[in-house]
Amino acid sequence: MAEFEPKIVAFVCNWCTYAGADLTGTSRIKYATNVRIVRFPCTGRIDYMLLLKAFDEGADGIIVSGCHPNDCHYTSGNFHARRRWMTFRSMCDFMGIDTRRIKFSWVSAAEGAKWADIVNTTVASIREIGPYDEYKKVAKKPVKEENHG
Amino acid sequence: MDELIKRAKELLEASAVKVVIGYEQGTGNKTRALFVEKPEDAGKLVFDSRCVQNLAAYVTKQEVKSKGKMAITATLPVMRSLVQLASEFQISDNNLVVIGITPDSKIIDFKNLEEVEAFVHQFQIEIDERNKEILEKLEKMTPSERWNFWIEELSPCIKCYACRAACPMCYCSRCTVDFNRPQWIPVQSTELGNLEWHFMRAMHLTGRCIDCDACANACPLALPINLLTKKMIVDAKANFGTYQPSLKGENVLSTFKPDDKENFIQ
Repeated sequence: MAEFEPKIVAFVCNWCTYAGADLTGTSRIKYATNVRIVRFPCTGRIDYMLLLKAFDEGADGIIVSGCHPNDCHYTSGNFHARRRWMTFRSMCDFMGIDTRRIKFSWVSAAEGAKWADIVNTTVASIREIGPYDEYKKVAKKPVKEENHG
Repeated sequence: MDELIKRAKELLEASAVKVVIGYEQGTGNKTRALFVEKPEDAGKLVFDSRCVQNLAAYVTKQEVKSKGKMAITATLPVMRSLVQLASEFQISDNNLVVIGITPDSKIIDFKNLEEVEAFVHQFQIEIDERNKEILEKLEKMTPSERWNFWIEELSPCIKCYACRAACPMCYCSRCTVDFNRPQWIPVQSTELGNLEWHFMRAMHLTGRCIDCDACANACPLALPINLLTKKMIVDAKANFGTYQPSLKGENVLSTFKPDDKENFIQ
């Protein structure tokens, strides 16, 4: 059997982390290819239902990242998001959703190296924990066979 | 409850309100909501310990609002709900008269919602001992055990949405579960769909739930769904300080402090 390749979905904000991830690329920093980046206007826009849907669709891990506090393009989007993640995370924990699989971070547009590090450590830790079988077992869709052509 | 009947009669006779919302004797040993529109019907009103339904759920309903100005018999949980609804601009002094019933069953009059707020603030929202124990027991489990617990507990859910209908805070004209493009939550009862629905319901009530237990009382399958909202109240208190509905509208999730403390964001 081939080695387990974690599927990671990253929800990032347009102004900081997306630009930061872009910088990682333009700086020619290599990082794990397991991550699929979804760009949002702001972390404040990220509905927690999207995170649940990512698991539903077969993700093994999730990264949520945006501007550092006080750096939000819309002034307070990330402050609202922070409160939402505090309640969301404890709700996940209370319902038994594995919180080790959801990573939150602040990555600015200048932190290309930090982004590579976040992705690499997340992939490594998910690789260690293994696929999210518990969730996939009850997910509505049968998990498709991996096909990295 | 002669005084309550008298008060309702007065309001209707003086045409101060068009409808009085209260409780009447239902079938079996249960009470149900009553909408009194004529002074002579006020005699049907009852009030006792069986009256646990949260009547505030009706004040946002179009069918009731269209009748005109309303009066509502409000126990402490109902008053809390009303304050919360007012902070969300769903009701105002112009369309509502509150006939308060104190926890020791005395009638209390309010001139406006500010007075209701002041009265409500005399009492803290506390989770009762029995539920506190259950919460602690659940928190001691491993995440995997909790996952199995909830999957199992919620699997009988038939998605009747009685919990939503009973909740005064669930007044959206179109709920997320009613959307089919995108379909956030499957229509049929599935293990994950049920979990997602109750997860979502609790998240939407975070900072707004006033712990009246109407959802759990309304559930035909007696699922412990109020544990989720109780957990959110415990957390909100621990993370963000006091927990009270207020007319200023400072809900947990609609406000923030620049120095909110968490320990998981890298």
